Amino acid sequence: MIGVSEDREPLPLELAGLESHDLVEWLGTMLLIREFEEALDPLCLSGKIPGGVHVAVGQEAVAVGAMRALGDGDVVTSSHRPHHHGLARGVAPNPMMAELFGRADGTGGGRCGTMHIAAMDRHYYGGNGIVGAGLGLALGAALAAQVRGSGQVALGFFGDGAVNIGRVWEAINMAAAWRLPLIAFCENNLYAVETPTAEVTGGDSIVRRAESFGLPAVQVDGQDAGAVFRVVRAARERALAGEGPTFVEALTYRYQGHNTGQVMSYRTDDEVEEWKSLRDPIARLRIALTAAGRLDDDGFEALHAAARAQVAEATAFADASPWPDLATADAGVTEIDPQLRGNP
Amino acid sequence: MTTRITLSQAFQQGVREEMEQDDSIIVLGTDMVERGGHFAQLRGIGTEFPGRVRDAPISEAAMVAAGVGAALNGLRPIVDLNFIDFALGAMDEIVNQAAKARFMWGRGVPLVIRGTAGIAFYAAQHNNSLEAGFAHTPGLLVVMPSTPADTKGLIKSALRSGDPVVFLMHKSLTGLRGEVPEGEHVVPLGQAAIRRAGDDVTLVSYGALVARAERVAERLEAEGIAVEVIDLRTLFPLDLATIEASVRRTGRLVVASEAPRHGGIGGEIAAAIQESAFYYLDAPIQRVGALHTPISHSPPLIAAAIPSEEQLERAIRATLQPEGAAA
Repeated sequence: MIGVSEDREPLPLELAGLESHDLVEWLGTMLLIREFEEALDPLCLSGKIPGGVHVAVGQEAVAVGAMRALGDGDVVTSSHRPHHHGLARGVAPNPMMAELFGRADGTGGGRCGTMHIAAMDRHYYGGNGIVGAGLGLALGAALAAQVRGSGQVALGFFGDGAVNIGRVWEAINMAAAWRLPLIAFCENNLYAVETPTAEVTGGDSIVRRAESFGLPAVQVDGQDAGAVFRVVRAARERALAGEGPTFVEALTYRYQGHNTGQVMSYRTDDEVEEWKSLRDPIARLRIALTAAGRLDDDGFEALHAAARAQVAEATAFADASPWPDLATADAGVTEIDPQLRGNP
Repeated sequence: MTTRITLSQAFQQGVREEMEQDDSIIVLGTDMVERGGHFAQLRGIGTEFPGRVRDAPISEAAMVAAGVGAALNGLRPIVDLNFIDFALGAMDEIVNQAAKARFMWGRGVPLVIRGTAGIAFYAAQHNNSLEAGFAHTPGLLVVMPSTPADTKGLIKSALRSGDPVVFLMHKSLTGLRGEVPEGEHVVPLGQAAIRRAGDDVTLVSYGALVARAERVAERLEAEGIAVEVIDLRTLFPLDLATIEASVRRTGRLVVASEAPRHGGIGGEIAAAIQESAFYYLDAPIQRVGALHTPISHSPPLIAAAIPSEEQLERAIRATLQPEGAAA
């Protein structure tokens, strides 16, 4: 691993073609994700959030770049590491935090917790506790879009660990065979829980594996929001033109452990430092926006302060929210129409 | 007006009528369009509704996942797995996705997962009795009709339900003929049927065992023993009210299933009835079920593993003995 010197500059990124987009908003959302995610470990360790969470600090550009390339009616599904996707899709921090706390004002009234936060009104079918399963739901949403002619595409996020589970390839094959408007989005942060993915993956390329299923597969720098945006936008246009699915592999990195409070003995400090110093998605976008004259230091500080304030407000909101009504513990598991129901 | 058709044809009729009324119904499964599935259960539907029946790859996980995602996005899919045993390759999609979405996200999953079930040929891996496991999973409705008319009526209800329905059709009943009402004929979910009235013993069963129970009841009638035969039809939710009302009259209960006796639907009914009607019981409840074994290929070994008419009869007689001797 290459040693890191103090003065190494983050890698530049290209904003060409993004002039009409509100990249300052993108950066603000990435800062919100960063602040939100960094607030969670202490809240878990203090017991405010029951259990642990999987945070995506370092992966902000993937979520924001992909989500800003989609339409409001498009369907998105996520994985067990879902907060960045949810926040980028527009789930409000207050009910998201209340959900993590298990409180009544959470997105799911305390039923869902970290891995199942959803926003059905935004066609965001939630995180998923089962590796690769979210892609399957996106597959079905894409099928419905095709059958209904609804003009939607569906994007399913999954991690690099999911490239070694069968259901992912069943879904990709079906989408390719039926030319479904699906974007299969692999967020490759290099580690499947604590196992380096390369050590447990046959072949040397995820995109080449995907290509063999008969669909275009693109690898992209996941620490460059604009690059992610461009590939997802192209995949979406292709899907809407009836040309079928696209596989995207975004190379990214999580700065923290797989789950709350975990010690990372499986990777080197140098590796972590290299990703943080050279490729941090927030630093890179900030530098590019500053160079383009679209953001100054005061503007950045204002975004950062706003993100911190939102997280502080969300934490206070969650803490003040009541526990769920216990009478709802088994409410709405099934809802048989009384007209179809025999003996109640 | 009724017509005399097979259970498979009754299923087709129900699906056809619902597809004519509801454009959102589609069918996914292997060998569906031309063949109509491995039991001809959907013969003709593929050509009658072009584009709405799809031949899927043999990818059960993807089929069920596609059904769940499509249901969340406005369709009402039937995922036809041919044999319900193949659901084992899609267990996460059934248990963790289909069954959980309404609870987690407040959005029902109007999905029918159809499979041919019950005990017949093809040995161990094609003869799993999975119904109790599905019924044990919150979020799923489970249906297993025993007559052509109920098959039509229940698939119509299932295709109007807002929840995932596991729809089980017994292998040996595929060609069973019976009178089926034409046009609108809906059988409610969660309602058992009294196949034969009687005041001495209540015998509860489902699937192919119902007909065997009726034959036993007919024989015992000659001896003056009146057996009430109840066909559950829906395994979740269970129609305990009908069973309890019957037991309050008869004071005796036999529960019978082709599934392994341990951990089955019959045990659940026995427990529920002793809770709600213990003081009406005149004898211990008798449970009849399969041996705790996978199913063999050899016909005599199959017969040895699953309940026979003689076993049903012994169980009925056991409830009539003062000491409640074991069946």
